[in-house]
Amino acid sequence: MGRTLYEKIWNSHVVVEEDAQPDIIYIDLHLIHEVTSPQAFDGLRTENRKVRRPDRTLATMDHAIPTMNRHLPFEDKVAEKQVEALRKNCKDFGIELYDLFSRRQGIVHIIAPELGLTQPGQTIVCGDSHTATHGAFGTLAFGIGTSEVEHVLATQTLKQYKSKTLAVNFNGELPVGVTAKDLILALIGEYGHDFATGYVIEYRGEAIRGLSMEERMTVCNMSIEIGARAGLIAPDDTTFEYLEGKPHAPKGEEWEQAVAEWKQLTSDEDAVFDRSVNFDCEKVEPQVTWGTNPGLVVSVNGSVPDPKEMPKEKQKMAESALQYMDLEPGVNISDIPLDTVFIGSCTNGRIEDLREAARIVNGYKVSEGVRALVVPGSFSVKLQAEEEGLAKIFTDSGFEWRDAGCSMCLGMNPDVAQPGDRIASTSNRNFEGRQGRLSRSHLVSPPMAAAAAIKGHFVDVRDWPIKVREEV
Amino acid sequence: MEAFKKHIGVVAPLNRANIDTDAIIPKQFLKRIEKRGYGQCLFYDWRFKEDGEEDPDFLLNKEPYRHASILLTKENFGCGSSREHAPWALEDFGFRVIIAPSFADIFYNNCFKNGILPIRLSEGEVNHLFQKTEEIPEYKLTVDLQSNTITDGKGFEKKFEVDAYRRSMLLEGMDEIETTVLHGAKIEEFEKNHKVYYSMQDGGSTFNPAEKKRTI
Ligand code: SF4
Repeated sequence: MGRTLYEKIWNSHVVVEEDAQPDIIYIDLHLIHEVTSPQAFDGLRTENRKVRRPDRTLATMDHAIPTMNRHLPFEDKVAEKQVEALRKNCKDFGIELYDLFSRRQGIVHIIAPELGLTQPGQTIVCGDSHTATHGAFGTLAFGIGTSEVEHVLATQTLKQYKSKTLAVNFNGELPVGVTAKDLILALIGEYGHDFATGYVIEYRGEAIRGLSMEERMTVCNMSIEIGARAGLIAPDDTTFEYLEGKPHAPKGEEWEQAVAEWKQLTSDEDAVFDRSVNFDCEKVEPQVTWGTNPGLVVSVNGSVPDPKEMPKEKQKMAESALQYMDLEPGVNISDIPLDTVFIGSCTNGRIEDLREAARIVNGYKVSEGVRALVVPGSFSVKLQAEEEGLAKIFTDSGFEWRDAGCSMCLGMNPDVAQPGDRIASTSNRNFEGRQGRLSRSHLVSPPMAAAAAIKGHFVDVRDWPIKVREEV
Repeated sequence: MEAFKKHIGVVAPLNRANIDTDAIIPKQFLKRIEKRGYGQCLFYDWRFKEDGEEDPDFLLNKEPYRHASILLTKENFGCGSSREHAPWALEDFGFRVIIAPSFADIFYNNCFKNGILPIRLSEGEVNHLFQKTEEIPEYKLTVDLQSNTITDGKGFEKKFEVDAYRRSMLLEGMDEIETTVLHGAKIEEFEKNHKVYYSMQDGGSTFNPAEKKRTI
């Protein structure tokens, strides 16, 4: 019987297989950041253990760091101490760290791909649930807790049970003006945000093949928002083209050898998935979430649903979501007024996202009373956007232009939304208080967020009058 | 890690589905570098009002739930962020058992590494227990991991399922890293035959640090 892509990667990483125990699997790349690692290093010190493979470990700072005035001491002393701890830990244990002022600093899930460290067929872990992002390269990547971070640091392995496999077949092409973000939000909306618990998803189909690497990363990034452990996309020419020439990608003969190997990384035709679903892309429209989990989502041309018309078991959840969001059933999505717009995060903080947003913003001004932020996902995205003139488009129209980090995706740094703020956000979670206590998040794509900043409410970007950009 | 064999405690009924780890412990507390002391921040935004005062209506601010050690809740508990601060906070508050119809993956896994036993019961059974907490003041359960049973001494008795490896991890208070370290030779053997196509130094996996030094 054929094997799925997941099974192929899994099997090639099993170190020890024992009865009635999880397998010990080898970890090819371990990414760490300031928030979920300090206690793991403490654990190593207590037990007098070393980091087994510092050369397969990479650290950066992204979650709690400020995105402006970095040359100044932190306002937040607790966060500063955490960053200091990471510096010390990396130094003591010999781990490469892309520090605050490094040209390579950025959100951990953005920098590893852009450096070419994320490659097909690997196992990648990080103490962060959005590690699934890397699955876009056909690599098995998933989030772990701090105890497991310690386990990987000490042994370069993890004890893991194999997950079940779920094939998501995207049929048809993605309509014009509809983004990868809309696609994944629509999928979560259709099946619910815990649908894939216990599964690793392989995204397949024509629409996926047509996506760029950055768009594929947006899709895989949100795998956890449908409950999955990880999301995978088989590598193809798009993947290889993206990787070729990246700083850490193999070169010359070794590149040829790697590509030949990577080409084997597809699910065999007769492979059997534990479960399969088909999703028709052609009906997808730009999406906006209205509730407090990513599955509570409708098309921009829709309205806030009435909990009474929902299945009984969902009514209570929907009612409390509406109460938190301060929304009435029946309100048109396009009538919801906004006061904050956040463009960034590991879901949508890459260069293509900023290009898409800038195309909309170009020549317009941010609506009065709206605070709009663009936070590039990495320092190198920031530099590129400045080079391409995107930064100027944003600042000319009234956006704040920041340094790279997680920022208002989770509001752990000073970029916190205030109680009652209503945010159009390109991030991945709209949980209660996620972006700031009592703040209300609506998840959207970058062009949707950009248009909302200009209008002060949601609009269908497919009707947006794009102004031609003068050469800069 | 403290071993878990048998536990008797008051049940706190938190009647809500999809409680995410942001709600269990909000991000502002994730900046600390310690592992202990998160109990006071558990469910912070629900437990405390904006001015920092306790909200007297929140379950865990009421007696006897201030001293509850078994949390009863609804489906998909622990979804969202992978932060292990969530089980740290639950454990530090005093919870040793969590009962729900379903749990999110990473959270479920994290519990066992911190001496907490997450138990999946059917939706019907969970609802039945919710009802019991309403009927019986200071409703208690006895959870015995040696026999995999939950009982209330008042007629409710139920076997629960937990995978054998995780069960033994809790029963023995096992240090997982220690057991893996014992396989050190196998890991070394594996590494010899396993190809990784990158090097932490620029220049892909063919990069030779010694050469770089010479050219500088
Ligand atoms: S950008 Fe948001 S989701 Fe991504 S790693 Fe940072 S906090 Fe997590």
